[in-house]
Amino acid sequence: MARYFTEEHEWIDVEGDSATVGITDYAQNQLGDIVFVELPEVGSVIDKGKDAAVVESVKAASDVYAPISGEVMESNEALEEDPALVNTSPEETGWFFKMTIGDKSELEGLMDAKAYKSFCDSL
Amino acid sequence: MNAPTKTPNASGWKPGTPVEGDNAMGGPDTATGNRALMLEEPLLFEIGHSETTGVDFDFAAKLDLAGVEQPSPPTPAPAGRLGDFERSEPIGLVGLTEPETVRHYTRLSRQNYAIDLGLFPLGSCTMKHNPRLNEKVARMPGFADVHPLQPVDTVRGALEVINELAFWLIHLTGMHGVAMSPKAGAHGELCGILCIRAALEARGDARKVILVPESAHGTNPATAAFAGYEIEDIPANSDGRVDLDALKSRLGPDVAGVMITNPSTLGLFERDLKAISDAVHEAGGFVYCDGANFNAIVGKVRPGDLGVDAMHINLHKTFSTPHGGGGPGSGPVVFSEALSPFAPLPYTSRTKDGVVHLVEEEDADSFSKEHFGGRMRHFGRMTAFHGQMGMFTRALSYILSHGADGLRQVAEDAVLNANYILRSLEDVLDAPFAHSGPCMHEALFSDKGFADGLSTLDLAKGLIDEGYHPMTMYFPLVVHGAMLVEPTETESKAALDQFILALRSVAERAKAGDETLKTAPFYAPRRRLDETQAARKPVLAYKDQSAPAGTPVPSEVGAR
Repeated sequence: MARYFTEEHEWIDVEGDSATVGITDYAQNQLGDIVFVELPEVGSVIDKGKDAAVVESVKAASDVYAPISGEVMESNEALEEDPALVNTSPEETGWFFKMTIGDKSELEGLMDAKAYKSFCDSL
Repeated sequence: MNAPTKTPNASGWKPGTPVEGDNAMGGPDTATGNRALMLEEPLLFEIGHSETTGVDFDFAAKLDLAGVEQPSPPTPAPAGRLGDFERSEPIGLVGLTEPETVRHYTRLSRQNYAIDLGLFPLGSCTMKHNPRLNEKVARMPGFADVHPLQPVDTVRGALEVINELAFWLIHLTGMHGVAMSPKAGAHGELCGILCIRAALEARGDARKVILVPESAHGTNPATAAFAGYEIEDIPANSDGRVDLDALKSRLGPDVAGVMITNPSTLGLFERDLKAISDAVHEAGGFVYCDGANFNAIVGKVRPGDLGVDAMHINLHKTFSTPHGGGGPGSGPVVFSEALSPFAPLPYTSRTKDGVVHLVEEEDADSFSKEHFGGRMRHFGRMTAFHGQMGMFTRALSYILSHGADGLRQVAEDAVLNANYILRSLEDVLDAPFAHSGPCMHEALFSDKGFADGLSTLDLAKGLIDEGYHPMTMYFPLVVHGAMLVEPTETESKAALDQFILALRSVAERAKAGDETLKTAPFYAPRRRLDETQAARKPVLAYKDQSAPAGTPVPSEVGAR
């Protein structure tokens, strides 16, 4: 399993032909207490860099972008009941959705954990 | 810049709220929980119950006001005419007397902050001073009592007001036409964007994309999306202004228009707006200007001279009509010559004989043929009637009582006051765009330099203890921990100095890492409320208990 990161603070775990997407610990920290998560519908097709989900905190509502293109296979229903999971476990149980990988080459431009850490340090 | 040196609270007056616990003021507990004039107030449902009534209907309730049981009704209740729609269960509303009701709301209002109590750093976004002259005029029976369905001949004065206000809005903005009916800013945006869509479709060139800067009001992209457009961001330069070159490179045959706020939400004047408009027009698009901040430039700059095609005017901001809970908004939209023919119905127009006509669907074509030499292409109608009449009378009163010189001074004083705030605080609070020159009517700060663990929210709560409503927080989104202060034009230097003193003090505390800020406010009627929980599990109806039952989620038990 490989984990990649975007400059928009999404993470994506790649496992075979599918991937899991969420927002990073840095992102949840910046957003503050999450109060609502709007997830994409299963079966919808999302495009790399375009809106895929919405996350709303006490401060603001923000878009979550698709790190790569593909089809949504599953969304994390637990977030509807308890959006605080994004705060408590952003990079594990607070995942947003699982998707197919439309084009593996789209992963190439993404950062690994080390690169993402230095990206965040530079902000 | 020297900080004001005036000592606060020289008389030593102490507010009477407890700091902690029931007895923190040092005196004995009271039986009621009240503390002299600081009154605790229960909910309406806790004051009365549904078995009583404050109104003397026959047999409306079993008990009268004195609690004496009433005899049964002599005749059975009339047979229900509602059939299945008849209420089968009691509605459960409490019955209160008039004085109980009046006292309830008056007591609650005493726990609130208001523009009539003090400086409101949210500024005109929520409320600026509402001159009482406006209120006097709006309450004149000839204005207050008219109905939109009255025969036109009986409301000539009201039509004169609409037309006169329309004239001045066009005049002040240097535009060509106006739609008076939109009910507020976002409604005006929709009106403007629908007009742009109608104009593009009329020339057979429907386009797909509207460009919006990242610092825009959230309603801008929402409006464009609602009108069926795709939204793309316009990048900003290091001065916080629209990046003209980046914008130019994005323009093309698919771009329907741009939506730009001027002055922007960062409190900055878009110096390149004329160049932006020229470029957009050259590419065949239209320029929508969000006029929410027109109060900073009214009487000084005419948006029409900057190439704007459509702009809404928040009468409830620039022209001081009450809102923010005090009254409805009103968002007339002014149009360029290119867009005016597509403006919505109805509109008013004065003909050569001096009569003001109300032009609606039935006579729109014949009227425009007769008076404008051709048919107009109105995109439709925004509202059932003619707009917010009560706001029109107030706004026109404001315009006429200020005059051209007065309105110019409104803009000048609003900008002067904001710059005084900016320069009096930039040594303690980070002001991200202060280097780019004077601000307009709003001073913007960020949370840079706060001690670890302290946030804009904590500073805002500290400001409540100092007796001020907090400023706009966490907006615009492009500035970290944003604090946006709009003092408005009506504040005196003395009032500004006291506010600056308060804000400097809480800012110093935030930078020094004063942990007490985390649990502020201490002196408000309620301590810090759980805003997260209020958003996650809102309680929107009274249900006999103060919080919904359920299995606590990690955030509720403090897992973080």
